[in-house]
Amino acid sequence: MHQPRREIEVSGPGSVKALLNRLDLVSESVLVIRGDELLTDDVRLHPDDVIEVRPVISGG
Amino acid sequence: MKCRVCRERAVISVRRHNAGFCRSHFIEHIHRQVARTISDHHMFGADDRLVLGVSGGKDSLALWEILTVLGYRVDGVYLHLGIGGYSSDGLRFSRQFASERDLSLRVVDLGSDHGFSIPEAARLTSRAACSACGLSKRYLLNEAAAEMGYDVLVVGHNLDDEAAVLMGNVLRWEVDYLTRQRPVLPTSDGGLVRKVKPLLRVAERETAAYAILRGIQYEIEECPMAVGNTINRYKEWLNRLEEQSPGLKAQFLFGFLDRGAAYFPPDPPELLACRECGRPTPGESCSFCRLKNATVLRIAGRSA
Ligand code: SF4
Ligand SMILES: [Zn+2]
Ligand SMILES: [Zn+2]
Repeated sequence: MHQPRREIEVSGPGSVKALLNRLDLVSESVLVIRGDELLTDDVRLHPDDVIEVRPVISGG
Repeated sequence: MKCRVCRERAVISVRRHNAGFCRSHFIEHIHRQVARTISDHHMFGADDRLVLGVSGGKDSLALWEILTVLGYRVDGVYLHLGIGGYSSDGLRFSRQFASERDLSLRVVDLGSDHGFSIPEAARLTSRAACSACGLSKRYLLNEAAAEMGYDVLVVGHNLDDEAAVLMGNVLRWEVDYLTRQRPVLPTSDGGLVRKVKPLLRVAERETAAYAILRGIQYEIEECPMAVGNTINRYKEWLNRLEEQSPGLKAQFLFGFLDRGAAYFPPDPPELLACRECGRPTPGESCSFCRLKNATVLRIAGRSA
């Protein structure tokens, strides 16, 4: 999956899982990172969190 | 979610094991998985000279770290394939990793050693980029390992890589490839160095998490030639299935290795020496020499 870097705003607090569903991503294909911590699917996000969704699939 | 071992907050859940892990127990879990893979498949022992193919990505650097922690002395070889900034960044991450840990890294440069790059091969021949790249990597890694007298070539293929390749081979019933898809490819008389895949039990997401949790800086950017890569598409499909049925990916791969592979017994073709480079090949010239000749000829034709 070639995923160009992009930033988007997602409104409303919710869980990591809800965020991934919104982005149509499955947990197995990404890691969700806040600051320097990895987040499991059940973690609740705060409205002003900055979250990195990092694809883990790579070719080669 | 809590760590299965200590009940602290989990940083990762591994759904196929139905378990969450904190940082230190996850790291321990990964070390155990790799140690078990090495011993289950008799991959190598303490006396073997080991060389690892390093790309600067998460898998090879994570594996280098894991093997080092497990007490193995492993040298690295980096293949510079001439894929623009992707290749130079990969080399930078590999060098940084090696120098921080005082490990030895050798660089093989496709351009200066053989006169072409992967993007040129893809542009000037009928091979798709990843096919030209894959065969070049197999050739160059084996060549480097054989030349430098290593006993075992270690590669960073993870569970997802192997499951996706298996899926591609099954979808097209590539029976020939199925006879060769194994965690260990033994030494052959013709000069193929034993090749092993210790990350077989570690999913791609877990090697990435391991790298992040150990503070390993790795190349995150995807190879620019990977757009439309079929293996990556199979990985995404398998992950969509995995989402519905945790463990399916591992069942698919290990079911094949444990029960299916016996129906596709290895049938190594008789290998001859390539008439150009002398490396083992089932034909007259090896596929690498053919790719190289076709590409270099067209490069020369263009500048003439
Ligand atoms: S994505 Fe394709 S071209 Fe790029 S490194 Fe991987 S195999 Fe080579
Ligand atoms: Zn723990
Ligand atoms: Zn040859």
